[in-house]
Amino acid sequence: MLADVTSSEDRLRRFLHGLPGVDQVGAEARAATLGTRSIKTSAKQYALDLAISMIDLTTLEGQDTPGKVRALCAKAKRPDPADPTAPQVAAVCVYPDLVATAKHELRGTNINVASVATGFPSGRTSLAIKQQDTKDAVAAGADEVDMVIDRGAFLSGRYGLVFDEIVAIREAAGDAHLKVILETGELVTYDNVRRASWLAMLAGADFIKTSTGKVQPAATLPVTLVMLEAVRDYHEATGLHIGVKPAGGIRTSKDAIKYLVMVNETCGDDWLNPDLFRFGASSLLNELLMQRTRMSTGRYSGPDYFTLD
Amino acid sequence: MSFEYAPAPESRAIVDIKSSYGLFINGDFTESQDGKPFKTVSPASEEVLAEVTEAGPADVDKAVRAARRAYDRTWSKLSGRDRAKYLYRIARIVQERSRELAVLESLDNGKPIRESRDVDVPLVAAHFFYYAGWADKLEYAGFGPDPQPLGVAGQVIPWNFPLLMLAWKIAPALAAGNTVILKPAETTPLTALAFAEICQQADLPPGVVNIITGAGDTGRALVEHHGVDKVAFTGSTEVGRAIAKSVAGSNKKVTLELGGKAANVIFEDAPVDQAVEGIINGIFFNQGHVCCAGSRLLVQESVYDEVLARLKRRMSTLRVGDPLDKNTDIGAINSAMQLAKIRELSQIGEDEGAERWSPACELPEHGYWFPPTIFTGVSQAHRIAREEIFGPVLSVLTFRTPAEAVEKANNTPFGLSAGVWTEKGSRILWMANQLRAGVVWANTCNRFDPTSPFGGYKESGYGREGGRHGLEGYLAH
Repeated sequence: MLADVTSSEDRLRRFLHGLPGVDQVGAEARAATLGTRSIKTSAKQYALDLAISMIDLTTLEGQDTPGKVRALCAKAKRPDPADPTAPQVAAVCVYPDLVATAKHELRGTNINVASVATGFPSGRTSLAIKQQDTKDAVAAGADEVDMVIDRGAFLSGRYGLVFDEIVAIREAAGDAHLKVILETGELVTYDNVRRASWLAMLAGADFIKTSTGKVQPAATLPVTLVMLEAVRDYHEATGLHIGVKPAGGIRTSKDAIKYLVMVNETCGDDWLNPDLFRFGASSLLNELLMQRTRMSTGRYSGPDYFTLD
Repeated sequence: MSFEYAPAPESRAIVDIKSSYGLFINGDFTESQDGKPFKTVSPASEEVLAEVTEAGPADVDKAVRAARRAYDRTWSKLSGRDRAKYLYRIARIVQERSRELAVLESLDNGKPIRESRDVDVPLVAAHFFYYAGWADKLEYAGFGPDPQPLGVAGQVIPWNFPLLMLAWKIAPALAAGNTVILKPAETTPLTALAFAEICQQADLPPGVVNIITGAGDTGRALVEHHGVDKVAFTGSTEVGRAIAKSVAGSNKKVTLELGGKAANVIFEDAPVDQAVEGIINGIFFNQGHVCCAGSRLLVQESVYDEVLARLKRRMSTLRVGDPLDKNTDIGAINSAMQLAKIRELSQIGEDEGAERWSPACELPEHGYWFPPTIFTGVSQAHRIAREEIFGPVLSVLTFRTPAEAVEKANNTPFGLSAGVWTEKGSRILWMANQLRAGVVWANTCNRFDPTSPFGGYKESGYGREGGRHGLEGYLAH
């Protein structure tokens, strides 16, 4: 039945507009209630380690250099030099031109290299350039590709165009894992977020991701809730597991744990691993490590006791 | 490995429960003249929390006389602005002592700390703040140029929201210039007694608020007392009817907030995930001990399977257990008596052919517990679709058209509240006009605000509490 809905733009539109609406007040209230869960002691320990293992350690700046990326990779491999039991992060996320550097630094580890592509962050280039961008990243060794959707096309109702582009990038990415960035801060409404989530999944996304980190607001709990509901429903309809990645703006351990609670109570255990849930973040890692150290030593140590990168 | 939440109990150390309590009359805790002691227990463990006093007729008389004296000599002489000062003070003390009050409420009532902390106690403070604002503006409330207080109010409240119902009763009464004698329910007297301390802390003049504990006999003595000018009651329709009879022919003004059997109507175009949350909140909030609980679910047949599947999945994530654990969603049933009633009606539901379902959940060994439960295949003729169960038990019915939804929703002797879930604004307005219920919630459920009037149609009672309307029951004009 789902195969049919993408057979024409008209059917796709009707399907997306036929999805149940999202009540803004209700969705935000649910997210807030889940945020009141109290995660303590053994549960907190588990959550902190899990969150660290789900991080896509990210640097996406114009000023990025091979030196910066090498330092980030060192951090990814050994997040806490003082404590080798701290888990490694899931991936390092960079621009395509720095994929080779990251790949080299991370050889022999299980840490993936993720690359943004498709004219990140605005996505305002031709399809040919987006495809080439993707191919370059994959050729340089990227295990994962984080693409952006054409928000302009989405907001003007050209769903077919958005769909076709994702399909084309899916193809260009080959075996690499495809994360589709919806840039929910630009889609604004939860109805749009739900539709864009389904659109991306139908087009072959392995992951749906909230934001580039370049637009405010970036990831929020209610947006992530709507996306988690979408992957849960998609799984129910198809049996396929699609991942979710909130990115941008998640800075504290407390926030990270709220996301994990939300995953747990929306999608369940299946999604509580780095294959299906990631955090796009950079400063979050040290926050998690500080909390982790506090739990093992009973003391807070200052930020200087944790390496910057 | 799965994400198991470790126990996160709120500390009991913050509450200081005395081993026994007297009656709060004329500003002091006093020994009873003709009453006898009884025990209040924690419904989650059956542990005895304290001994309290069942006020006898002489005690009731003493309390009414104290309230009359305070009314004549002090309270009616104060300006609205001065009354407001006390109400603001009470509101602030409630906020300052909010954690203590929340823990005490959860201990004595069995409701989850998440609710007493995030709903009950903040609303209590909000009610006092709100009515404090009215105290010096009564002439602008729309009840004539010079509305006057009634005098002495006798107030009897239930056990489901002990402190919140106290606030609903006392705040408007005091703002309007009345003095009160309040009787909390026999199973949940402790927060009312803590409120008595708050009155002392606020330097409220003696006798303005009197708290007498006891059961049905005490309540009857209070509402039938000839010195009472106003009777306000929240509780069962059965008791409300008896009160209406007993005060008939007297000059007493009466407001009654009674039972309900609210329909929560889910249309096929509803925002389904939020609607499911609304169903959950509607019936499992406060263990279903809510007079406006959405205890009848009316689902459009075209989305019945989907809604049911989602509802069951969501119910499986509800956490039932220790009310003081911050992660508990559903706490203990308030009393053995109420548990027996829920069990009895659920058994009747099964006997009448409805299909019963509960998620797998472990219930604690001690205390009074009932799992979240739904009945499907229920029709209007079933007793579980007609009678108030006052527990975590939902009856699921279906409808085909909006007209049928309205017909079924209104086909009840009650009329306290209703819920409508649809993305279509015009349908919400149409439904709100058709439904005979005091409150109609649209795409939400069990939302309370001191500015909003609350009350029933038909057997759900008369009079309104909350908002500007809530003043009317305490004013002569």
